[in-house]
Amino acid sequence: MDKKTTLKIADLAKIEISNNELEEIASNLTKILKLVDEMNTISTDNIEPMAHPLNFTQRLRKDEVLENNQRNEFQKNCKYTDDGYYIVPKIID
Amino acid sequence: MYNKTLVELREEIVTKKVSSYELTKYFLERIKKFDKEINSFITITEEYALKTAKKIDQEISKNNMRALSGIPLAQKDIFCTENVKTTCGSKMLESFVSPYDATVVKKLKNAGSVMLGKTNMDEFAMGSSNETSFFGEVKNPWNFEYVPGGSSGGSASSVAARLVPCSTGTDTGGSIRQPASLCGVSGIKPTYGRVSRYGMIAFASSLDQAGVFAKTAKDCALLLTEIAGYDEKDSTSAEEKVINYFDICTKKFKPITIGVPEEFLDGLDNEVRKVFDDAIEIFKKEGCKIKKINLSNSKLGVSAYQVVAPAECSSNLSRYDGVRYGYRAKNVSDLEDLYKRSRSEGFGKEVKRRILVGTYALSAGYYDAYYLKAQKIRQLITNDFLEAFKNVDLILGPTTPDTAFKIGSKANDPIAMYLSDVYTVSANLAGLPAMSIPMGFKNELPLGLQIIGSHFDEDKILSLASHFQEITNWHDHQPKQKLLGLD
Repeated sequence: MDKKTTLKIADLAKIEISNNELEEIASNLTKILKLVDEMNTISTDNIEPMAHPLNFTQRLRKDEVLENNQRNEFQKNCKYTDDGYYIVPKIID
Repeated sequence: MYNKTLVELREEIVTKKVSSYELTKYFLERIKKFDKEINSFITITEEYALKTAKKIDQEISKNNMRALSGIPLAQKDIFCTENVKTTCGSKMLESFVSPYDATVVKKLKNAGSVMLGKTNMDEFAMGSSNETSFFGEVKNPWNFEYVPGGSSGGSASSVAARLVPCSTGTDTGGSIRQPASLCGVSGIKPTYGRVSRYGMIAFASSLDQAGVFAKTAKDCALLLTEIAGYDEKDSTSAEEKVINYFDICTKKFKPITIGVPEEFLDGLDNEVRKVFDDAIEIFKKEGCKIKKINLSNSKLGVSAYQVVAPAECSSNLSRYDGVRYGYRAKNVSDLEDLYKRSRSEGFGKEVKRRILVGTYALSAGYYDAYYLKAQKIRQLITNDFLEAFKNVDLILGPTTPDTAFKIGSKANDPIAMYLSDVYTVSANLAGLPAMSIPMGFKNELPLGLQIIGSHFDEDKILSLASHFQEITNWHDHQPKQKLLGLD
């Protein structure tokens, strides 16, 4: 994987890569993709991709509210809240 | 006291030879005195533990016994614990406190056990050596220069060092079995969906499963009976009935047919091979039939795993954006900067690497070549297993290609690190239950025997493992480390 692709992927993943890390990261990703490419040593034509290890289907439940709103409890994990909202940098001028 | 099994400790509590408070205090003292040598704990919950133990003792005095009344244990720091920090081994969650208990935690509390603390682990369970933890590497109790394995390295090494009688773990590609093997303890990864993952921090959702560590298979059976079962809060948990795995282990062993995959022995280190062959001889003497089997597609297990796991990790870890919880970068310029810097500063090297691989595999134009191809290979690997289980009851092999490796020796070589899971990933890809139990030593470091079963055959696995431990004493060996108070 070249440096340009590495930076593009990093941007998609919202991860910052500094210039001095770039070469090592790109080189390791290339090695990993080479390992992954071994998958192409066998043909998988006509094979259905696995959907679930036990062929279970997704269980659904009625769309009912079962729990009370615990916003205050959950917001204890954030220092940047105001009146139930999360504070983030200004996004609209 | 430290060398007693869970079954023995339970007996001591039931017969009131020891109180829950005494037991809790005893193991807490061991942790406080010796864990500095191996760094197996991230958090010690002393106050909570002593308070709980007193409560359990009051119950016991009224002859109100529960399945694990007074049993001290440690939780891997991936399970959410109400009012106790859950870090997942990451700076990202360094000060995260969950407002609720994971189902595994709740069930073990309801069974009367006493949590002594939270164990160290590879960051977000990504690693095979416990070197990726933000809270420092864990050391192997058998030799402090060696890794304990990972990602549940703290859980395995704390049991091996006799700092706790048992602990919980999670296994996505071998994270219970590999450290169990490298630390010389017993550890089981149940069938996908057997144990609820509610409140267990997600890594790769189609592979993750919770399990346990202890000295013996019988102890694991006791614990698994308590944590297994359907949970309406986890839509992937199975509605399969739970049996009492401990009772199964106490029944007379009936000889079975064992499959040995040739692929697991090809090119295996000679000494490891000898230890494995000796274990197989024991089963032969016990009347088991040994059959060679083929799992030819399992050689692609690591390749497929290195697509599926990172792809799902990149999706699961997108929730860490620095806004609602977790690490938030300071002095950011805009929202994009907040996301990027919080994630870059909050995640370690290996986690970022996997997020990048996963993002690439799922990016436009690459999905078919990577994720879809890997899911097809997964199906082929599963088909091999299902075919094999038509003729054999269980599959045996070494858990790891070799004993523990030296700290630092693979840290800069991700491929070498990934290949240490070569025998364990296939069970995750196929959703099968599998266990590792001690089978011998090489150069004074332990080696594990892996037992793989068909879906929901935990009973067969535990029965075979516990029979092996009735006729061998590998599980009784413990590190002779004065620095751990063991002689």
